[in-house]
Amino acid sequence: MSTKFVIEGLKATIEGKEILKGINLEMKGGEVHAIMGPNGTGKSTLASALMGHPKYEVTEGKVFLDDEDVLEMEVDERARAGLFLAMQYPSEIAGVTNSDFLRSSINARRGEGNEISLIKFIRQMEGKMKELEMNPEFAHRYLNEGFSGGEKKRNEILQMMMLDPKIVVLDEIDSGLDIDALRIVANGVNAMKSEERGFLIITHYQRLLNYITPDYVHVMMQGRIVKSGGPELAERLEAEGYDWIKEELGITDETVGQDA
Amino acid sequence: MTTQTILPVNAEALKALSESKQEPAWLTDSRLAALELAGQLELPKLEKQRIERWNIHSYGEYKESNKLASLDELPEQVAKLVEGSREGGLVIQRNSGTVYASLAPELAAKGVIFTDLETAVKEHADLVKPYLHQALKSDEHAMAALHAAVWNGGVFLYVPKNVEVDVPLQAVMLTDDAEATFAPHVLVVAEANSQITYVDNYVSDSLAAPVTHNGVVEVFAKNGAKVRYASVHQLAGEATDVTFRRAVLDNDASIEWIVGEMNDGDTASDTMSILKGNGSTSDAKIIAVGSGSQKINYTTQAKHFGKSSASQMITRAVMREEAQAIINGITKIEKGATKADGQQTERVLMLSPKARGDANPILLIDEDDVTAGHAASVGQVNREQIYYLMSRGISRSVAESLIIYGFLAPVVSEIPLEGLRDQLQGLVERKLGQ
Repeated sequence: MSTKFVIEGLKATIEGKEILKGINLEMKGGEVHAIMGPNGTGKSTLASALMGHPKYEVTEGKVFLDDEDVLEMEVDERARAGLFLAMQYPSEIAGVTNSDFLRSSINARRGEGNEISLIKFIRQMEGKMKELEMNPEFAHRYLNEGFSGGEKKRNEILQMMMLDPKIVVLDEIDSGLDIDALRIVANGVNAMKSEERGFLIITHYQRLLNYITPDYVHVMMQGRIVKSGGPELAERLEAEGYDWIKEELGITDETVGQDA
Repeated sequence: MTTQTILPVNAEALKALSESKQEPAWLTDSRLAALELAGQLELPKLEKQRIERWNIHSYGEYKESNKLASLDELPEQVAKLVEGSREGGLVIQRNSGTVYASLAPELAAKGVIFTDLETAVKEHADLVKPYLHQALKSDEHAMAALHAAVWNGGVFLYVPKNVEVDVPLQAVMLTDDAEATFAPHVLVVAEANSQITYVDNYVSDSLAAPVTHNGVVEVFAKNGAKVRYASVHQLAGEATDVTFRRAVLDNDASIEWIVGEMNDGDTASDTMSILKGNGSTSDAKIIAVGSGSQKINYTTQAKHFGKSSASQMITRAVMREEAQAIINGITKIEKGATKADGQQTERVLMLSPKARGDANPILLIDEDDVTAGHAASVGQVNREQIYYLMSRGISRSVAESLIIYGFLAPVVSEIPLEGLRDQLQGLVERKLGQ
């Protein structure tokens, strides 16, 4: 059965302020969806709410991954169910090496008694790191500590590759990347495309979509998806910006939950 | 108001005991003078805690310890500790006295002395007398005086000039009889250009009543000597542990302190290096886990007198449940100690809202031409970090332990002795209730 991911009427607040005002989205394995929109329209909140960040409170709605409501799950259960979020600002954790962390993550998914052998793990990790043109030394560095912005993003993609998730959410994976790093990250994502896996790419630049072609493009404003279309929508946004959508919909301030 | 220290023994009994053990007259006199001081001096002042409220009066009385016929007579956990680590030398104290002492013949042949201090005062008085109670003088405070009066068993380690010992020498201090005085004194003398690693463990077994451990460590490192001193305290909740460690460093001498504070009872420890000589160096690493309702006071100090002397002090402590910790670092650079460098870091990670931690970095600098630095932090497990780890499928409890071990790792990973590193790892796990 191909993966199915359905967001139904998702509303979420942060510190009492409503940021997501009813998100509806359906995607299947093999599809790439892009969520675009200017800053402050709720895109990253969507990513965090899906993963279960403690700062966000979901007030309404359901999110199904293969008919299971992930909102009923703890953060780690969501991950083990197959949801992966490549974060915009990954945490730095001193004292925990990248490879220990990755192995713990993989073993958490595989479950007790079915742990990956050390040799197999190292071989896999080294292979993937090579694909991402990462310095092998990063395996032994403390998790994200002292990594540059681009190195952190590559490390997120490395985790995605190693964990083999069903639904991948990429939150502004392109921010802070130079053109070479962008190409490497995009290649990593493209290499992971499969019929069993769906991608939700959150970005406010079109440029990532030059490397990863989306099947569907959604525009977010004021905490909602206000327009959806195919790849041609992204191209028009690149050429004309967001103003025409605002005009079409009569929106003056596209942001949400921000104090003027 | 002066708090009168309650003395656990009177002069007559102390004199009689010293004589019955056939101690030299100078030692008997030293004990008696110290006892008199103990009645006059104040207790040591602990930063933000009151030691007079702790159980510091359970000295019990001197009880003779029977020598071990074989190591099989040791409690299982002690036997485990010394397993496979006897090649260099081993001294075991049980309650008031030494029960076992051995030293590899090839080390003895080089002039190394490793025995209990009570034996050493008789057989090597010329080597002991000039140093005993000189790093921590008995007139410093009431605890020091009382220790000098009642100390028992102990360790004497002497390394002659130019002798490098490459296997660690080990000692175990065991308290398993709450009625017996437990006050070991460790004295290390490393002559010029010698090298030594010494490791000790303070352990307890089935204590039926409260015990006070009043212990002192004195290290003298002569010109160019290198001493590595590792100490792990894992006494049960019945024991109150007050320990003073002092090292006096001559020119180009160095000391490396590695201390694991894993007690379950109230603990005050003070680890100080006196960098007397030019070019002397001190490196102190302390890792600690507090639990239950422990009251804890850890101080590390470096006193610089020598030019171009360098000190480094790192403490990392994890506090869980209702443990309360005060962690002090004191770097003192005296006038004339030009080009000295003193660095210190104290970090406390709190795992429960009821745990308390307080880190106090103190720099006291009376010389202009120096470098010094400090960093301190007290914090709780970071929620964002837990979220990040969990978002990769790791359970909350595993995520927490990864973060805790990660917090201690920068110190633990620097411990040069593999066996000790593993032992500390195991103790941390036990203290964290895993």
